[in-house]
Amino acid sequence: MAVYLDHAATSPMTDEVLAAYTQALRVVGNPASIHGAGQAARELLETGREAVARALGVDPVEVVLTSGGTESVNLAVKGMFWARNRGARRPRVIAPLGEHHATLDAVAWLARHEGARVDWVELDAEGRIRLDALAAALATDPDDVALVTALWASNEVGTVQPVEELVALAHRYGAPVHLDAVAAFGQVPVDVHAAGADAVSVSAHKVGGPVGVGALALARTATVEPLLHGGDQQRGRSGTQDAAGAVAFGVAATRAVADLPLARVAALRDRLVEGVLASVDGAVLRGAPPGPGRVPGNAHFTFAGADGDALLYLLDAAGIAVSTGSACQAGVAELSHVLLAMGVPEAEARGALRITLGHDTTDADVDALLDALPDAVARARAAAS
Amino acid sequence: MKILAAMSGGVDSAVAAARAVEAGHDVVGVHLALSRMPGTLRTGSRGCCTVEDAMDARRAAAKLGIPFYVWDFSERFRADVVDDFVAEYAAGRTPNPCMRCNERIKFAALLDKALALGFDAVVTGHYAEVRQGPDGPELHRAAAWAKDQSYVLGVLTAEQLAHAWFPLGATPSKAEVRAEAEARGLSVAAKPDSHDICFIPDGDTRGWLAERVGAQEGPILDREGNRIGTHPGAAAFTVGQRKGLNIGYPAPDGRPRFVLEVRPKTNEVVVGPREALAVSELAGSRHTWAGAQPADAAAGFACEVQVRAHADPVPAVARVEAGELVIRVDEPIEGVAPGQTAVVYAGTRVVGQCTIDRTVSAVPVDA
Repeated sequence: MAVYLDHAATSPMTDEVLAAYTQALRVVGNPASIHGAGQAARELLETGREAVARALGVDPVEVVLTSGGTESVNLAVKGMFWARNRGARRPRVIAPLGEHHATLDAVAWLARHEGARVDWVELDAEGRIRLDALAAALATDPDDVALVTALWASNEVGTVQPVEELVALAHRYGAPVHLDAVAAFGQVPVDVHAAGADAVSVSAHKVGGPVGVGALALARTATVEPLLHGGDQQRGRSGTQDAAGAVAFGVAATRAVADLPLARVAALRDRLVEGVLASVDGAVLRGAPPGPGRVPGNAHFTFAGADGDALLYLLDAAGIAVSTGSACQAGVAELSHVLLAMGVPEAEARGALRITLGHDTTDADVDALLDALPDAVARARAAAS
Repeated sequence: MKILAAMSGGVDSAVAAARAVEAGHDVVGVHLALSRMPGTLRTGSRGCCTVEDAMDARRAAAKLGIPFYVWDFSERFRADVVDDFVAEYAAGRTPNPCMRCNERIKFAALLDKALALGFDAVVTGHYAEVRQGPDGPELHRAAAWAKDQSYVLGVLTAEQLAHAWFPLGATPSKAEVRAEAEARGLSVAAKPDSHDICFIPDGDTRGWLAERVGAQEGPILDREGNRIGTHPGAAAFTVGQRKGLNIGYPAPDGRPRFVLEVRPKTNEVVVGPREALAVSELAGSRHTWAGAQPADAAAGFACEVQVRAHADPVPAVARVEAGELVIRVDEPIEGVAPGQTAVVYAGTRVVGQCTIDRTVSAVPVDA
């Protein structure tokens, strides 16, 4: 029996989404075409966009559909940087440590090729951005800040950031804010207007939609220079639009928001956390304590003295799919920069395990993990010594 | 048995894993990530380190229907193989990094981890055979003499051999392995062999070493200690080397000169005639037995010794004397440098090995 506890990597499509997706895939027509077939496709596309907009608390015109979270983040970070440096010089990008690689690598690229300077803002021990440090970074020279970019919730440890305070603080200094909500969307309310953010990235497949579909919610007042040129089909993005993807994303996003606050998932997660802490010596829950400060589907532990890759193998052999956090191209588990930024010692960060639950997770899944984990940790510790 | 198949991404390890699967074992494929920066996509393959190799290994495992993981040994590899290689060269020795990798990574770090995680054995695509002898496992040469890799496995001890399996050992030729890979639909069937040192991307070992060891000009001496030239850095020279000395004038007897000795501490390179390369005895304190220690180790036993991966074995007598494995060859041999490994054979069986610390020239200076 396969136990899938890696919803933060990708969350299985529901039958409802799959049906809407495959049905829409049969529709012939380019949404940009003027004829009837094009109009039919356009109708699907805009229906999907409207659903995504409702789920994010924005107007449809503010939704730029993309190929996924990575493109959304790149469009926001690079696009806003370029737009803010048009006729002005604002070389600074402010970001917390512990961002997803989409942001880390995009910002590093800007530093290498566009002369950006990056101010990394410290995290506290639970992975939350230090607002005092952010304020200090903003106050240094507010006029040269291109943008502030931050996770809405951590994809690794599940900590929810104080986004309203963060946005208010940045805006006080006139800096626009991008929030990467890929790990937050479908877990906590992501209301872009209420948060006051200028741009927010989300991805469909993290909420049970298809891979290859995402969105950047871009406030009417915000501008980005496009990454892709060739037709201006959308504001800030060229390329034929994916009507079926939009439909599927719309269904998945609507369902994800309707399911909030994920009380059932949170209860399962809480039982899992209690069970692990009770049954495995030296297990430490990383990130914020369960509650409003942590996404309900996330449990993240370190097991000092065990290697994450050994744990992953042993659990996989027992039919349980989990994650160590982030992996590089060759599939090697890397030491988590998020944990290190939280002040977790290297020796403990090596034994990291991210367990993420979702809409199809059952009590039996949690039981299977609780059954297998103590022995896996013991073996992995023996293998590392 | 529960088997861990170490899969480099090459054809040999893929076929070895396939044979383990076919023999009915519970097999898991593991690719060792030996570099944190896997570099670019190269043409061909060196059997490790590249993203492409990891991908090839993954595709082969999928074809065989076995689980596949990439395990990170890059820190151990850096410390135990790469840094060791540089340090040995800096000390004027000529190490074999593939042996070091077998000794400390594949059949130490990996094997230990595998056993602790519940595996019974590690399978690799090496050409050699483990046989059950009267006193436990024995390591033998492969049936395919041209591909035999028992030399680079000579460092394995009885405990390591007890958990090692080389399914290609009895295969008569590499061509047969490639044909089998083709028949099994493995995409690596025609992938080129790896030859060079995997962590030196362009194969330029000298340049790579010079960058790390540093190079400072120093004297080239003859056997009597006279300065006869200048070298750009002693560490880049290897005993037996003829080219690249650039002394500028011929020896008094008009014969070519060869590097006889490298002295990193004083940054000196000693050169002389070819016959001075001949060695009658070699010895090393770091020695191991591939199985039980021979009963007559103290008294001395007749054997054959091989000093490089592709050298011919030569008759010798070996004995353990004051903690050293001392090997006297029946006829003097060339191409022996400190840091190299001498592997001692009895017929096809590997008896043991030592890292060569010192040699005794067959031709004294005043001869």
